Amino acid sequence: MLTLSLFIIPLISGLILLNIKSKSLAGSISILASFVQIAVFVYAFSVFKDNSALLVFDKPWLSDFAIRFHLGIDGLSLVMVGLTVVLVSLIVLAIRNLNYESIPKMLGLILLTEAALIGVFSAKDIFLFYFFFELALVPVYLIANFWGGESSSKITFKMLIYTVFGSLFMLISFVLLYMRGQSADIESIKVTVSLLPNAIKHILFWGLLLAFSIKMPIFPFHTWLPDAYSKSPTPATMLLSGLLSKMGVYGLIRILLPFAPQGIELYGEIIIVLAVVGLVYGSIIAIKQNEIKRLIAYSSFAHMGLMAGAVLTLSITGLQGAIFQMVAHGFNAVGLFYIAKIIFDKTGSRNLTQLGGMTQSAPVLTVIFMVVLLGSVALPLTNGFVGEFLMLKAVFDFNHVIGIAAGLSVIFGAVYMLRFFQKTMFGPSNEQTSSITDIGMKELTVLVPIVIIILITGVFPNLILDISSSFVNSLGLLNK
Amino acid sequence: MTLISLIPLFPLIGFLINGIGFGKISKTLVPIVGTGASLLSFGCVFAAYLQFDGTPVIVNLFDWITVGDLNIKFSFQFDQLSLIMLFVITGVGTLIHLYSAGYMSHDEGYGKFFAYLNLFLFSMILLVLGANYLIMFIGWEGVGLCSYLLIGFWNKNTDYANAARKAFIMNRVGDLGFLVGIFLIIQTFGTLEYLEVFEKAKGYQIGDGIILAITFALFIGAMGKSAQIPLFTWLPDAMAGPTPVSALIHAATMVTSGIYMIVRSNVLYSLSPQTLEFVAWIGLATALLGATIGLFQNDIKKVLAYSTVSQLGYMFLGLGVMAYSSGLFHVITHAFFKALLFLGAGSVIHAMSGDQDIRNMGGLWPKIKITAITFLVGTIAISGIPPFSGFFSKDEILAHVFEHNKLMWVLALLGSFMTAFYMFRLFFVTFKGNFRGTHDQEHHLHESPSSMTLPLIVLALLSIIGGAIGFPEIFHFPHRLNEFLSPIFEGSKSVNPEFGLIHIDHSTEWILMGVSVVVAIVAIVFAYIVYGNGKNVPVSDESMSGIKKVIYDKYYIDELYNKVFVNSISSLSKFFGNVIDNKFIDGIVNGIGSTVNLASAQVKRIQVGGTSSYLLFMTIGIILLLGYSLVPELFESLKSVIK
Repeated sequence: MLTLSLFIIPLISGLILLNIKSKSLAGSISILASFVQIAVFVYAFSVFKDNSALLVFDKPWLSDFAIRFHLGIDGLSLVMVGLTVVLVSLIVLAIRNLNYESIPKMLGLILLTEAALIGVFSAKDIFLFYFFFELALVPVYLIANFWGGESSSKITFKMLIYTVFGSLFMLISFVLLYMRGQSADIESIKVTVSLLPNAIKHILFWGLLLAFSIKMPIFPFHTWLPDAYSKSPTPATMLLSGLLSKMGVYGLIRILLPFAPQGIELYGEIIIVLAVVGLVYGSIIAIKQNEIKRLIAYSSFAHMGLMAGAVLTLSITGLQGAIFQMVAHGFNAVGLFYIAKIIFDKTGSRNLTQLGGMTQSAPVLTVIFMVVLLGSVALPLTNGFVGEFLMLKAVFDFNHVIGIAAGLSVIFGAVYMLRFFQKTMFGPSNEQTSSITDIGMKELTVLVPIVIIILITGVFPNLILDISSSFVNSLGLLNK
Repeated sequence: MTLISLIPLFPLIGFLINGIGFGKISKTLVPIVGTGASLLSFGCVFAAYLQFDGTPVIVNLFDWITVGDLNIKFSFQFDQLSLIMLFVITGVGTLIHLYSAGYMSHDEGYGKFFAYLNLFLFSMILLVLGANYLIMFIGWEGVGLCSYLLIGFWNKNTDYANAARKAFIMNRVGDLGFLVGIFLIIQTFGTLEYLEVFEKAKGYQIGDGIILAITFALFIGAMGKSAQIPLFTWLPDAMAGPTPVSALIHAATMVTSGIYMIVRSNVLYSLSPQTLEFVAWIGLATALLGATIGLFQNDIKKVLAYSTVSQLGYMFLGLGVMAYSSGLFHVITHAFFKALLFLGAGSVIHAMSGDQDIRNMGGLWPKIKITAITFLVGTIAISGIPPFSGFFSKDEILAHVFEHNKLMWVLALLGSFMTAFYMFRLFFVTFKGNFRGTHDQEHHLHESPSSMTLPLIVLALLSIIGGAIGFPEIFHFPHRLNEFLSPIFEGSKSVNPEFGLIHIDHSTEWILMGVSVVVAIVAIVFAYIVYGNGKNVPVSDESMSGIKKVIYDKYYIDELYNKVFVNSISSLSKFFGNVIDNKFIDGIVNGIGSTVNLASAQVKRIQVGGTSSYLLFMTIGIILLLGYSLVPELFESLKSVIK
C-alpha cells in the first residue's frame, strides 16, 4: 500500500492542480503534496529492511492477459523513488517562485510526471513498466510545448517522436517475451529468459538497448538532447535531465541486464565503447559552448555515457557507481539548470560572452554555484566523486585503454565547468551583470538543500550504497 | 587517538567560521580565528608527537566507500613521515597565517582569504595524514581546489582567473595518472591501505611490470602537483595569487606533495628501478630548465617561482637515486628558506606599493633592513653555503647522485651554479645600488609591520640552523632525521639491496662537499661582479634578443602547449559540435525522422486543440486506466453488459 500511496499522492494532487486557477493555492497544494510524499517515503524507507511486504501492491489489471498492476520496491527502486520524491519537491519549490504563466497547470504536470516516474521505478510487470515509461514523457512534453514558445514545440516534438520510436522496440521485445512465456512478470521472465532461442535473444537485446539508448541517451542517439534541453523551459529541462534520463539507466539495470545477459556478453564491449565515445565527445563539445543551457546539456549527456558504460561492465563496482551517480547527477543537473535560470532571470542573458563578474554583486550565488560545480567535476567529498570514481574504476578494470579514455572526462569536465564558472562569475562586470542583486530566501530554499545533499552524500556515500547493495549483490555479478 | 583527529578539525572549524561568517565577523577576529586554528593544529601535532612511541597509529573514523569486497576507510595514519610533514605544514603554515594578518589587512576579502587558507591547511593535513591512497587523493584534489581559489583570489583580473584555471586543469592531468595508479593498486593488492599494500608489495620481485605501471602512474600525479616537466608551466603563473599563498602553497607545502607521495610509496618505487631512473632524469631536467629560466626573470616572484620549480627538481633527483630521506630533508629546509624568500618578496612588494619588477627597485637595503637581512639569509641558504640549512640537504642529495651517476652529478652541479647566480643577482639588483622607482614609490618605502617581520625572523633562524637535523656522517654528529625516519624505509631495505648503501669514502665526501661550496661561491662572486655595484640593471623586455629572449620567454613552452593542446581541442570542440553533431548525426536522424513525420501527418490532425483539451484528454485517460486497474469488477460487469 505504501508504494501505491507514493504513486497516488502525486497523481491525485496533480490532477487537482490541473483544474484550479489560484497560484497561491496551487503552491500550497503542491508543497503539501511534496511534504506528504517525503514523509511517506521516509516511512517506506524505515520499514524497508524488516517489513518489505508493506511495499508491495499487486492487483490484476488486464486480467485476460495475466497483466497485473504490480508495484514493489527493492533496494534499487528505493534509491530511485527517493531521488524522484526529493528532486520533484525541490523542482516544485523552485517553480513556484518563477514567473511563468499558469503556474498551477505546470505544477500539476510536474506532479503527474512524478507519479509516472514512481510507476516506472516500482513496476514489477513489463507492460506496466512500458506504460509508465511512455506516460512519463507526456506531461514533460506538454510543459515544453506550452511554456517553451515557438522554437520549442518543433524540437520537443522531435524528442517525443524519437523516444517513442525507441520505445516501440521495447514494446515489440516485451510482446515477444510475453508470447513466449505467457507471463508479464519481471521476476518470472528472468527465470525463463535463458530458455529462449538465440534469434529471439538477439532481438531482445537490440530492441531493449535501442529504447534505453535513446532515452538516456547514448551516443549516437543523442542529437535530440542538446536542442531539447536548451530550448525547453527550465522546469522541463530539470525533469528531463534530472529524472527522465535516469529511466534509461534504470531500464538497463532492471530490464536489459536480467533479460539479455547473453547479448551483453556478446556486444557489451561495443556499447561500452560507444558510451565512452559519447562521454569524451560530449565533454569536448561542451568546452566551446557559449549558451549556458546547451553547455550543461552536453555535460549531462557526457555523464549519462559513463553511467551506461559502467552498468554494462556487469561488475558490482560499476553498478553501484552508476546507481550512486544517478542520484548525484540528478541533484547536480537540477542545481546547475536552476542556477542557469537564475543567471538568466537576473541578467537577461544565457550567453557566456555577455556575462562575467557576477561574484562582485552575488557572492552567495557564487559560493553555491561553486559547490554544485565541484560536485559536477567530481571533487572528492562531493557526491560526484563517489560515482565517478567507482564507474571509472569499473570501466578501467574492464579494459585499461577504454578506462583511461573515459578518464579524460575528468580533465575535460574541469575545463568546461571552470570556463562556465569563470565566464559568469569572474572577470570584470558589465552593464548586464553589475547591477544584479544576490539570491535571496526563495532561491536558497532550493539551493541550500542541494548543497547539503552534495556534501552529505559525498562524505557518507554509504548512506546510498548500503541501500542499493542489497539489490546489486543479489544479481550475482563479478565482485570487482 | 582523538588528538590526531583534532589536527585537521581545527582548520576545518576555522574555515567554516570565517567562511560562513564572511562579512559578519569583525576584522580583528578574522585573523585570530584563522591563525588560532592553525596554531591549535600545530599544538596538537606537537602533543601527538610527545605521545608517539614509534609505531604507526591508525585512527579509523568511519567506512567511507563500501562496494562489494572493497572497503575504503576514512582513516588516518600517524607515523614518522606524516609527523614530519605535519610539523612543516602547521608550523610554517602558522607563520604564514600570522604574516597574512598584516599583509592582507587592507583587502576587502580579508575573511575569505583566511577561510581559504584554513581550508587549504585542512586539505593538506588530510593529504599527509590519510592512511590510504584515497584519503591522500581527497587532500590532493582539495589542495588543488584551494590553490585555484587563491590564485584567482583577485578574480576581477581575467589573467589571474586564467592562471587559476590553468593550474587546476594541469593538475587534473596529473590527477588522472594518480587515479589510474589507485585503480591499479586496488587491482593488484585488493586494498588501498598503506600498511597492507606495502606489506604485500614485499612479495614482489624488483622490476615487476605491474609495480612499474603503478609507480609510473603515481609519478604522473606527482609531476602535476609538484610542477615537473612537462606539467610545470602552471606554477610560475600561479604567482598571480597573493604572496602569502605563493609562500604557503606554491613553495613550502602543496608543491612538495609529489615528493611526499613517492616517499610514502618508497617500497613500490624501490621495487621499480626503471621508474626511479625516470624520476631522476625528469627531476634533473626540471632543475636545469627552471634554473636557466630563473637567470633572466625580472619579476621578483617569477624568479622565486622558477627557483621553486628547479628546487623541486632537485628533490625528485634525490628520490630517483633512492635518497628518499635526503629528498624529504630538502623539502624541510626548502620550506624554511623558500617561505622566507617569498614572504620577504611580499614585504618588498608591500614596500614598493605593489610593484614586482626588480628593475624598478635597487638600494632597498637601508630602507627595509629586517626584510633585507632575512632575505639575504634565505639567499645564502638556497645557494648552498654552509652552515646554512640548504647546504646540508642539497649536499646530501648531490652525494647520492654522485654515487649513482657522475654525469648527473656534473649537471646537478651546473644547476647549483645557476641557482647561486640568479639568487644573488636577484638580491643585488633589489637591494644594492640606487633606487630606480618612481618618486611616489620612494616616498612610500617603509618596513612592514611586526606581524610580517616576526615570521621573517623566525624563518630566517630556521633557515640558518635547520640543517642541524641532518648533519652528514663525517661531521661525527648523529643524523637525526635519518634515524627518525628509518622505520619508514624498512620495506625498501628488504626489497632492494641497493637501498641505503653509500660506497664513497670520507675523503671523497669531503672533496664533493668542497666542490659544491666552491661552485656556489664562484657563482656568487660572478653575480657580484656583474650586479654587485647596482649599476648594471637588467635590460627592458623589448631590447632582449637571441637565445636570451628565448629563455626569458620560457622557451615558448606555453605557446607550444597552446598550439598543440588548447587550440586543437578548441577546434575539435567546434568541429564535433557544428559538423559531426549538427550536420552528420542529426542529419541522418532527421532524414529518418522526415519519413516518420510523413506517416505521422495523419496523427497530427488530432493535435490541434488548446491546452485545456490536452489536459482534459489526459485526465480522462488516466482516470480510466487507473479505474480499470483498481476496480476490475466494474469492468467485468461492463464487459458482461457489452456481451
